[in-house]
Amino acid sequence: MATKHSRSAARLMMAPAVILLLGWMLVPLTMTLLFSFKQYLPLRGGDLGWVGFDNYIRFVSSSAFWPSVTATLIIVGGVLAITITLGVLLAILLNQPMWGQGVVRILVIAPFFVMPTVSALVWKNMFMDPTNGLLAHLWRFFGAEPVSWLSEASMTSIIMIVSWQWLPFATLILLTAIQSLDSEQLEAAEMDGAPPVKRFAFITLPHLSRAITIVLLIQTIFLLAIFAEIFVTTGGAFGTRTLTYLIFQRVLESQNVGLGSAGGVYAIILANIVAIFLMRIVGKNLDA
Amino acid sequence: MARAVTQQRKLINTTLAWGIGLLIFFPILWTILTSFKTEATAIADPPVFLAFDWTLENYTAVLERSNYAKFLWNSIIIAGGSTILGIMIAVPAAWSMAFVPSRRTKDILLWMLSTKMLPAVGVLYPIYLICIELGILDSRVALVVILMLMNLPIIVWMLYTYFKEIPGEILEAARMDGASLKEEILYVLTPMAIPGIASTLLLNFILAWNEAFWTLNLTAANAAPLTAFIASYSSPEGLFFAKLSAASTMAIAPILILGWFSQKQLVSGLTFGAVK
Repeated sequence: MATKHSRSAARLMMAPAVILLLGWMLVPLTMTLLFSFKQYLPLRGGDLGWVGFDNYIRFVSSSAFWPSVTATLIIVGGVLAITITLGVLLAILLNQPMWGQGVVRILVIAPFFVMPTVSALVWKNMFMDPTNGLLAHLWRFFGAEPVSWLSEASMTSIIMIVSWQWLPFATLILLTAIQSLDSEQLEAAEMDGAPPVKRFAFITLPHLSRAITIVLLIQTIFLLAIFAEIFVTTGGAFGTRTLTYLIFQRVLESQNVGLGSAGGVYAIILANIVAIFLMRIVGKNLDA
Repeated sequence: MARAVTQQRKLINTTLAWGIGLLIFFPILWTILTSFKTEATAIADPPVFLAFDWTLENYTAVLERSNYAKFLWNSIIIAGGSTILGIMIAVPAAWSMAFVPSRRTKDILLWMLSTKMLPAVGVLYPIYLICIELGILDSRVALVVILMLMNLPIIVWMLYTYFKEIPGEILEAARMDGASLKEEILYVLTPMAIPGIASTLLLNFILAWNEAFWTLNLTAANAAPLTAFIASYSSPEGLFFAKLSAASTMAIAPILILGWFSQKQLVSGLTFGAVK
């Protein structure tokens, strides 16, 4: 169907997007690579020449490196586990017959539209504040000592905040998927005496696998880069410094561009390992 | 008998779902309520829910303290500008990939998505430098372009998915009738593509409105949008719950309302139609 004429027209129409994205990827990436081999301190002498792999070695051997990788993986893993588990349960619940389903749905998805700086600040001050926060009031009401959430249970707090933001997304996607499930199949299984747990494990869950994959993919992309939530809550203190945040500190706060760039290259490598894995899954799903 | 059981089950479902729904929505509700309290009521122990003297003083205070209108305007320009620019570049690209597919189309799409995997922080300094060199640091132009590029892969994917759903037979019929490429686009495709384009616009606007990494790092006084305006409340002088709530409510209200209207599109859009 496609003629030679339409094919060259197609190329022409694709060109701006492809060229822009290629530039967006290659130009800064090349610069980052270049800087990563240099001693580059903008406020203390500027470009001080080539240093080979020094920055790479220094970045990995810094005492902050492995904790930051661990923090990243714990946050991403924790949020994924919470949002997907609760998302599946909530999707099943919301799929049941009930009154006011539309309104409940609106309540549940609302956090997704709240900007990350707002949600982080609201949680930090109005809920997690150890003297005036709502959780502190609640703890005192039950006679317990209020928790200084962000300093004592910092990781838990961050995971809570970020999960609150992403649960709506997971729920919404999984709910959509569950609605396409053939209810006759479930009813037949029920007739045959399959208990709810078995019906869930052998019918519902396999049906959801594709939607779960999509949630996993999209959330991982965004979670690897969470920034605002940490920026306005702990500022990277109390063990919540992710790889993203560590690099941000090296580059902008301590103005060591060379070292930060080496960190950036590590972050890109990490993201790509995850990406290759995820892309395969999406590639398979794309054929449909 | 069976009917009674389902009614009972429906009641349980309703109670449970509303309970959980309200729990999830609670932080937003609480923020909105707090924004109408005085500072003293806002931190009262035990907390006051509805029985307080409603006041607008926090809104006036926030508006006086900072140039809210300017932040709002920056948000609108940055989110709107990047969305419109992105659509202008993405529509032709997605159109050609959907209707003139080649063997490499899938690879190109995957490659585009892979640029989303590039951690922003890894290229922060180069972008910062480029902005300084071009004299556009802390300008709306810079953010329009950067957010456009950031969301471009997602827009292309979304549009591609929507365009794919337009049946090819209609196009063929138009061609049979002798429609030129221009007529084909104007009279056949555009009307069918508009709903898809509209929801892409909406979603992209939401994503750009809430984006915080680039806006926090590349703006200061001039081009700062609402994300940065709110972040300024993390300083100790801004630790006033009621005022923070008023500012937050003003920052999220427009997008929350927009989001609720576009919740259906959100699913097909963000999952690239892979979940039906």
